[in-house]
Amino acid sequence: MIKTEHLTKHYGALTAVEDVSFQVGPGEVLGFLGPNGAGKTTTMRMLAGFVTPTSGTASICGHDVESDPIAAKAALGYLPEGAPSYGEMTVRRFLAFIADLRGLEGARREARLKHVIEHLQLEGVLDQTIETLSKGFRRRVGLAQAIVHDPPVLILDEPTDGLDPNQKHEVRTLINDMARDKIIVISTHILEEVDAVCTRAIIISQGRIVADDSPAGLAARSRYHNAVSMQLEQPSQLSQARAAVAALPAVAQVEVSERDARLTALPRAGAPILPALSELAARTGLKLKELHLESGRLDEVFRTITS
Amino acid sequence: MHNVGIIMRRELASYFATPLAYVFIVIFLLLANAFAFYLGSFYERGQADLDSLFGFLPWLFLFLIPALSMKLWAEERNSGSIELLMTQPVTLREAVLGKFLAAWIFTAFALALTFPLWLTVNYLGRPDNGAILAAYLGSLLLAGGFLAVGSCMSALTRSQVVAFILAVFACLLLLLAGFPLVLDAFRGWAPQPIVDAIASLSFLAHFDSIRKGVIDVRDLLYFAMLISLFLLATAIALDLRKAD
Repeated sequence: MIKTEHLTKHYGALTAVEDVSFQVGPGEVLGFLGPNGAGKTTTMRMLAGFVTPTSGTASICGHDVESDPIAAKAALGYLPEGAPSYGEMTVRRFLAFIADLRGLEGARREARLKHVIEHLQLEGVLDQTIETLSKGFRRRVGLAQAIVHDPPVLILDEPTDGLDPNQKHEVRTLINDMARDKIIVISTHILEEVDAVCTRAIIISQGRIVADDSPAGLAARSRYHNAVSMQLEQPSQLSQARAAVAALPAVAQVEVSERDARLTALPRAGAPILPALSELAARTGLKLKELHLESGRLDEVFRTITS
Repeated sequence: MHNVGIIMRRELASYFATPLAYVFIVIFLLLANAFAFYLGSFYERGQADLDSLFGFLPWLFLFLIPALSMKLWAEERNSGSIELLMTQPVTLREAVLGKFLAAWIFTAFALALTFPLWLTVNYLGRPDNGAILAAYLGSLLLAGGFLAVGSCMSALTRSQVVAFILAVFACLLLLLAGFPLVLDAFRGWAPQPIVDAIASLSFLAHFDSIRKGVIDVRDLLYFAMLISLFLLATAIALDLRKAD
């Protein structure tokens, strides 16, 4: 369990984090979202015991990060932003060093090292120094050190930043695999990641929590929630279709994209409009390439609440 | 304390993973021997002792030790690895001590490599080996003092160059604390007991008394306290500013 109460951090006159309170329980994957400079990293650093809060408290598995830092850190796997490490060390020595600091010994140490090396596919680079590795491999080494002691709580600051799509997919699969029995907090500004791995999302802006909801709940706040988007086969029918759709009583607004001959109909007060639209298309003989119901656009919700 | 050893071993290995260790040792030995033979007139003095080495060692340390200590914390901070280290279940004290000990052991190793000079005086004459041993001990303590000061300066900044300059300056002040150069700055306004206290802080006075072969508990205590004090200051500086 991660618990924060009124967590606040000031740097001189600058407020980095203000009155942040939340709890995360086992099985939850919390996505920490926010624009750059919103306070995501500062909050995570306070949880990891690297930054001392100005006021408020934070605890990891019941261990207060300030009064009982060693126990809190022992329960935690942490990937700092940018995955810093010791560039002159080889991957093998670096992971062994972290395993030693984590107090792993004997057969368990060997087994855990073998496990993370296999899981993050580091076999090929074990004897390379970390400074010679690509960004993707460095990030994986950072993830390996975070999970080598099999901690109950994982805090990952931008775990997929700088990875290519395949590597992103691998990291997300890894997070999903671990999600069942762990508490995971990740920060990201990639919204698709929230859908891919998170069970819950907190949006933070200017140091404050501005939304705390499930990804679906957040998407439902979008004005595109339950909107219907249709793509026409013949762009010439666009203006005719637009007039017909706008005339429907349940439709509040119609947006048109000329480029791909697409209409998006926004419903009045979240009312279901898909049946009415498909019926309209059949009645007027509009040829559709595609017709689909939108669940809401996270990027639009994100922009609305953080700007 | 288990963690001190782990951190120390990693740090020591990192010296040898980069050219740092080799460059340091080669330059140190070159200069130490050059000073002893040319400036210290090793042969011309006709004395079977190592005074020509130990007389110049403080001045050699003044520039070489800060070059070693400057990376202790400034580099961790600059590369961000300090965040990795300080979020492992280790205390600040263990980290400060582990890194300091690594640097100290490395210096001891470099110092031990001056042994051919010791072999030479034993071949040429009958030196007082007890006094030589005491002088080596004094040199090691002096190096420890410099390293502790350098560790503190390195904790104050993320720039290794700034850490180096600060450390040279602080070490110079401590080295010369008993000399008019430093004391005159205080004589005008500070009461005599304070001037005396500053004079007694002099590295050189304590080093010289050990070097003469007299191992006084007060001198040992002086170095032990000085090292502890600056390591404590290192920990405080890191605690206040580690995330900046």
